[in-house]
Amino acid sequence: MRRAELLQGNEACVKGALAAGCRFFAGYPITPASEITHGMAYELPRLGGVFIQMEDEIASLGAVIGASLAGAKAMTATSGPGFSLMQEHISFASTAEVPCVVINAMRGGPSTGVPTHPSQGDVMQSRWGAHGDHPIIVLAPSSVAECLGLTIEAFNLSEKYRTPVIVLIDEMIAHMREKVILPSPDEIELVERPKPTEPPEWFVPYRDPGTAVPAMPAFGDGYRYHVTGLVHDERGYPTTRADEVEPFIKRLFQKISQDFDKLQWGETYYTEDSTLNIIAFGSVARAALRAVKEARAKGMKVGLLKLLILFPFMRRKVTQLMESSTTILVPEMNMGQISREVKRVNQGKCQVETLNKVAHEPMTPQEILDKIEEIYD
Amino acid sequence: MTERRHIIYDYLRTTKRFPSLWCPGCGVGIFLGALLRAIDKSGYTKDQIVLVSGIGCSGRISTYVDFNTLHTTHGRALTFATGIKLTKPELKVTVIMGDGDAVAIGGNHFIHAARRNIGITAIVINNNVYGMTGGQLSPTTPLGMRTATSPYGNLENPFDICKLAEGAGSVFVARSTVYHVRLMERLISKALKKKGFSVLEILSQCPVQYGRRAGLNSAVEMMEWQRDNTVTEEKAQGLSEEELRGKIRIGVLVDRKAPTYQERLESLRESLKEQVGAL
Repeated sequence: MRRAELLQGNEACVKGALAAGCRFFAGYPITPASEITHGMAYELPRLGGVFIQMEDEIASLGAVIGASLAGAKAMTATSGPGFSLMQEHISFASTAEVPCVVINAMRGGPSTGVPTHPSQGDVMQSRWGAHGDHPIIVLAPSSVAECLGLTIEAFNLSEKYRTPVIVLIDEMIAHMREKVILPSPDEIELVERPKPTEPPEWFVPYRDPGTAVPAMPAFGDGYRYHVTGLVHDERGYPTTRADEVEPFIKRLFQKISQDFDKLQWGETYYTEDSTLNIIAFGSVARAALRAVKEARAKGMKVGLLKLLILFPFMRRKVTQLMESSTTILVPEMNMGQISREVKRVNQGKCQVETLNKVAHEPMTPQEILDKIEEIYD
Repeated sequence: MTERRHIIYDYLRTTKRFPSLWCPGCGVGIFLGALLRAIDKSGYTKDQIVLVSGIGCSGRISTYVDFNTLHTTHGRALTFATGIKLTKPELKVTVIMGDGDAVAIGGNHFIHAARRNIGITAIVINNNVYGMTGGQLSPTTPLGMRTATSPYGNLENPFDICKLAEGAGSVFVARSTVYHVRLMERLISKALKKKGFSVLEILSQCPVQYGRRAGLNSAVEMMEWQRDNTVTEEKAQGLSEEELRGKIRIGVLVDRKAPTYQERLESLRESLKEQVGAL
């Protein structure tokens, strides 16, 4: 049965993770992600799961990967400085194709920054922070309800593609309280990692079954196989052969790129007739929606595309929007990270304007409205 | 001889391309033989064993053996092993690390795994050097020793891995050399039997990256050094302080009982179940 609750963004992440079947959490204290850790410490032992506070963030994601290899749905939560420490294991999880979820409740950086004021400074770190060329999925909720929904989806995507999935939350979203309608368990669609169907002696752990996502047995299931962060052949053994290395890395990318069409998770508002369109995510998308409504009240044809998935970047949806726009405005609480992606996709179709705020204070609707009035023609 | 052939065929992967990457004279292969014999005698099936390794020469062991194997990141093997053990406590999780792996980059994970008493057998193959990267000094390189990064002699004090493990809370600590191959096998068997965090340090030789610069001419000479500079715990009991000076103790150094992390977690879950039931 559905019921309504007043929840904080971080609490909603806990609810979402548990609803998705997460039964292992390893983490290290850091604000503004602490409430996720607290919630997991309270809930997981009651559900027969495992909560462990590790010695640092590197260890946290290491334990999460180990748990996932043993068959558990597992996650960790952190903020900017801890997220930096996790990059080594994000790269490992990408290469070894281990499903896991990392929540980054972003705080003002760089470095220890302005704890714990809001910022959207970790967009590019979430995409490119880990070493080596690797695919990644990054989700960005803009409300408490979306924290719940997108945490469930983060698990689903990580299981489906056998890849780490990152959830980037603005500090305000992580800490604010909103009414959330909790779905009943039977309403929630869950995805489980592909399991081998053949007997162990026929099993080739990294052979592409045609979906680009190989089946993944858990340790102890009777399928003894090798897992490594070294680039490996179909059997999982390290290789340096060019004819094995390149197909391997291309398959990692193909897992996600083949589904680009399905991953255009964005919501449009007032874009039927708009000529100036805003592209925003997280808390800024909320401020932008208010600014759009106020601009509309003044007779300006302004629309909004709210990004729920940041990477892979929804090129198709953004391109569509550009075709009906004269101007795109990208407001964000950093020096211009998503705007780089927008400009990359734009290729001269329309004018791209940016609005960057790094005071580590929330972007206000008025600031966006002022910018709209400045550039609208 | 027939027994040894049998074990190799049982435990080495048939699908893996050989030979191994270890240099001639390396001690890791001798250790691997002892590990497989000990596992064979332990009664665990291959499906029950999880072998986790770090990065370095010793880290490659996981590639060759037919268990659930995981080759992790440098220094972090114990963190992955922690996640596996807590998720599936019924599995026998063994971690193989090198000296730099375990107590330099992985030093923090090492002491915390010991403190928590996670049910893992941690084996550190200590060859006093970073072999794979070209013979740099490690946290166990003796004072004054020449390595690629201490061309004028090492200025740092070395770690005693066993004392570190004991101080951090390991319930079982033992040391052997690869020269003492039978002792090594017995100690692995004992370590595998312990429920809590057990540490086994294996002194090994790296003639190519360490011996060469250190003035030790061959693997044989280095193994003779292992023979001449160690004393078993049993023998040490009857020797004077003078006779023991400079000798490295081998054998079981610590063997104690303490509740493991997973036992505590299990009883916590049980008590919560009762609470939930009472409501």
